[in-house]
Formats: sequence, structure tokens, C-alpha cells
Amino acid sequence: MIGYVLKRLGLALLVALAVSAIAFFLLRLSGDAATAIAGEGARQEDIELIRKTYGLDRPLVVQYVEWLWQTLRGDFGTSLYFKTPVSALVLDKLPTTIVLGLTSLGFALLVSIPLGVLAAVYANSWIDRLALAIAVVGQALPNFFFALILVMFFSITLRWLPVSGSDSWAHFVMPTIALGYYVAPAFMRLVRAGMIEVLSADYIRTARAKGLPARSVIFKHALRNALVPVVALTAVQLGFLLGGSVVVETIFALDGLGYLAYQSITYKDFPVMQVVVLLLSVLYVLLTLLADVANAWLDPRIRVA
Amino acid sequence: MTDTTLSLPEAPEPSPAMKLLRRFLGQKAFVIGTGILAVIVLLALAAPLIAPHDPYLQNLDLRTIPPVWYEKGTWAHPLGTDQLGRDYLSRVVYGARISLLIGVSVVVISGLIGTALGLAAGYFGGRVDLLVTFLVTTRLSMPVILVALAVVAMIGGSLWIVILVLGFLKWDRFAVVMRSATQQVRSLDYVAAAESAGASTTRIVLGEVLPNIAPHLIVVATLEAASAILLEAALSFLGLGVQPPLPSWGLMISEAKAYMFFSFWLIAIPGTALALLIFAINLAGDGLRDVISPEGRA
Repeated sequence: MIGYVLKRLGLALLVALAVSAIAFFLLRLSGDAATAIAGEGARQEDIELIRKTYGLDRPLVVQYVEWLWQTLRGDFGTSLYFKTPVSALVLDKLPTTIVLGLTSLGFALLVSIPLGVLAAVYANSWIDRLALAIAVVGQALPNFFFALILVMFFSITLRWLPVSGSDSWAHFVMPTIALGYYVAPAFMRLVRAGMIEVLSADYIRTARAKGLPARSVIFKHALRNALVPVVALTAVQLGFLLGGSVVVETIFALDGLGYLAYQSITYKDFPVMQVVVLLLSVLYVLLTLLADVANAWLDPRIRVA
Repeated sequence: MTDTTLSLPEAPEPSPAMKLLRRFLGQKAFVIGTGILAVIVLLALAAPLIAPHDPYLQNLDLRTIPPVWYEKGTWAHPLGTDQLGRDYLSRVVYGARISLLIGVSVVVISGLIGTALGLAAGYFGGRVDLLVTFLVTTRLSMPVILVALAVVAMIGGSLWIVILVLGFLKWDRFAVVMRSATQQVRSLDYVAAAESAGASTTRIVLGEVLPNIAPHLIVVATLEAASAILLEAALSFLGLGVQPPLPSWGLMISEAKAYMFFSFWLIAIPGTALALLIFAINLAGDGLRDVISPEGRA
């Protein structure tokens, strides 16, 4: 087990390093930082001066190593647009995104596990069809379009929820539904397929033959095993959630990392952009690492591979 | 469902092609999915014939006319007009071309990259496999939409930039699926036979392995096309994808956003078109997977 964890940890570190290099070079190569700092309509001399002062005239590799070193020490630089330290900015927004990630993951699981179980237990019934319909629609609806439909319904027609902002829990309701529904179909399909497979297993037949009540068979014996692959999927879906949060937070002006990412991109705020890309990626690396370790713990067969 | 066999009552043994066709037609999901998809493709191809007006022609006197099923609708503009007075039906039909072009081109680029990586990893194993796994893990850890947004913001948005950026970002699933499919095929007898016959590696990979994993490739391609179309729509919606005045469905939703309170159909029509296209592709892809996977074979 320890060997497996160490191997996985090594890979995670390598990936994080590669991501940092990509985040740095991709953004530097696709645009000129000095021009971005100088702003529109700046004179050529000013751009040259900025290039000198910020050290942007040195070789890219040197700049990268320096940036990485500073980032590792927690010095993320200063935002060009907000004029505040990037670290403060990021720390300020991170909780919002974590809360949104957890609530939408919770929403997705809350919808998909019961529906998946029901769909499996009553396979081919109307409830199975309904679950399938919900999943199919969820996969086909663009999340930004769904978000706008939610706004029309909850904010305009019913006047229950605020359109945008992030001041109260009410501001989180629609983003949670929009983001949660985006990742729910995959969970639902997995739970349903897993339950159908498990329910036909010998030990379930034994449990039933012993005369155990159906509820105990389904929840205690079957669901527990059907949920093992869900742990692995959760990691992958968290990646989708992080990506989706950029779109959803922007639509609802929810002040998290996703919205900050969008703002920094539109303002060409290099220091913020690099750190946000790096942070969201490292977050994903960490989460998959955790999920893999949890999986290996749940299913000893994985450790050998 | 057995109607198809009536025309050849006493056929001793249907040809393999017939069997395959029947297996496809037995899949309701596949038939419906490809049916809708075929209609959308036809609409896109015949756009100049169907569109009643020039999709770019603005007429500020005819702004936000509702579709015909509203009281104030008119047959001159069956789906109404947008906030600049452009005919909405024409824009939606031309928009289908953009979505389909994105889906196909992105899948061609990412499919080539991903298949090459997956084949190499699965066939050679060892260090090559480790390297590819590392590349895939790295790629997966960076949210596509975030990287695409950043790159498009830096070099400027256009249809071809979006296609290239998405093409170079979305090869991960191709690589993963092709890798495991190749690993399975690699240990089979016919590969060993080709090896002992002295066939070159290129020939074995392209001639023996690739044709046998092609069905998986097609399934991944359909699902990835759907996801590419959704990503383009999201990028264009955020203003960092296809640029105006092109009638990208995502961009149409974005441009009409400010008017949705009074003219909800302005976002509902392109949104529904987008959802219908994705629904059709997903359905066709799922049906395809059921037909191809061994469990789906009757």
C-alpha cells in the first residue's frame, strides 16, 4: 500500500511540474506580456521599458524557473488589473469555488444515487425511463443554456432567487443546480449499471434467500459494492466541475476562482491567469491522487497493478 | 422490427453486411439518433436553399419579431428575427454548419493525435506507455475550457483558432480508449502471426491492429464530437470563441442574453437546436457502442 501511494505521489508531483511549465509557456508564447501590461495604445518605448523593468527580455526558461521558485515560496506576484497580490486574491476566492464544488457534487449525488438505485431495482419500468430521460437531457443541455433557463424560471418568473452575485446562500442555489445537473448523468448511469450487475450476484441471491428484507439487501449489501466505482468517477467529475465552474460562476457572477479565471483572461492579467490555471490543475491532481488512494484502499486488487 | 426480412423470405443465410445492418436497425436509439442527425446535416448542407433570407442582413425596422406560433409572428420570418433584425431561421440553419464543422474537424485533429499516442502506448508498452500515460494525466488535469479560453484570449478568436485549440486539447479520451483496445488486440494470435511472418511494425499497427480497434474509435469520435460542439458553444457564449457576425449557436445565445426577459425564444431556439444536435449524436454514439460491444451482439 505504501509503495503504491509513493508511486502515485511521484506521478502527481511530475504532473504538477509539467502543468506549471505548460501554464507558464502556453500563456507566454500565445501573447506578449509586456504589451498586455502596457495596455492598449501604449507607445513602443513604453512597452520596451516595461519589458526591461519586469525582466521580460530575459530567456523564457530563466523567467520560468524564477516564476516557479517564487510560486513555490507562495509569492504569486501582483495582479495587473486588480493591483493586489495574487495570493490574497486567490485566497479570497478559493472558498467560494470549494463551497460550490461541494454543493454541486452533493446535489449530483443526491439526485443520481437514489434515481440510479430505483432505476436498477425497477429496471425497464417507468421510473427507469424517467431516470434515463433526466440523464439524457442533462447530457444534451449546454450548461450555460440551462443556467439561463434557471434564471428565467427562478429569478424572473417566480422571483425567488437573486440573478447574480455571491452575498448569501441564495446566490449559490442556481449555480449548484446548473453545475450539479451537468455532472449528475454520468453518476446516474454508473450507479444504475453497477446496481444491476451487483443485484444479479450470488451473494445477493443468498441474502435474499436467507429472507433478509429487500431494503437491507439493496442498501446494505448491493449499494455498498455498487458505489466503489463511483469514488473513481468522482475524481474525474471533479475535473469537469472545476472546468464547468468557470462557465457557471461567470454567468452568475459568483465571485470564485472560476469567475476570477474568466476576468483575468478577459483583462489579459498574466500573473493571475498563470496562478489560476496552475491552482485549478494542481487541485485536480490532488483530488485524483486522493481518489486513487481511496480506491486502492477500498479495492486491494488495484494496489498490485 | 422483423419487417426488413419480409422481402427475402427464403434467404438461406443473410450476408454479414445484412446481419450488421439488421443489428443497427434493431437499435432504436441508434435509428432515432442517426435520423435526427441526418436531418440536421441535410439542413446544414442545404442551408442556402432553406434559409429564407441572408443570415447576415440586418434590418433595424424588423427587430425581435417573434416566431410564427406567437400572435405577432409572421411567415416571412418563421422563427422571427433577432435584436438586429436578422432572420432567425436563416441564422439557425447556417449555425448548424458551424457546429457540424467544429464537431468533425476537432475530432479529426484530436483523433489523429490521440489514436497515434494510444496505438504507440498499447503496442510498445514499457517506457512509451509510461510516457503516454503521463501525457494523458497531465492533459486531464488542466480543464479544457480554461486553457482554451486563455489561448483564444491571447491569440484572438476565430472559427479556425477554436478548431485548432480544441483539436490539440481533446485527444485524451482517444488515447485512453485506443491504448486499452490496442493492449487487448496486441496479444491476439493474428498479431503474433504477422510478427512471425516478418511484417514491419508500421504494417502490423496500421494493417492488423488499427482495423480491429476501429469500432471503438468511431464510438469515441461521436461522443467527442458532441463534447467539442458543446465546448465551442460555451467558448462563443463567453465571447472567446467564434466571433460575430458568424451565426454560432452559442454566440447567438450570448448576443440575445440581454433580450431574453422579453423575447425568451431568442435564446430558446439556438439552445434547443444545440441540445437536439448533442442529443442526436449521443444517442447515435450510445447505439453504436451497444451494437459494437460483444454483449450487444445477438
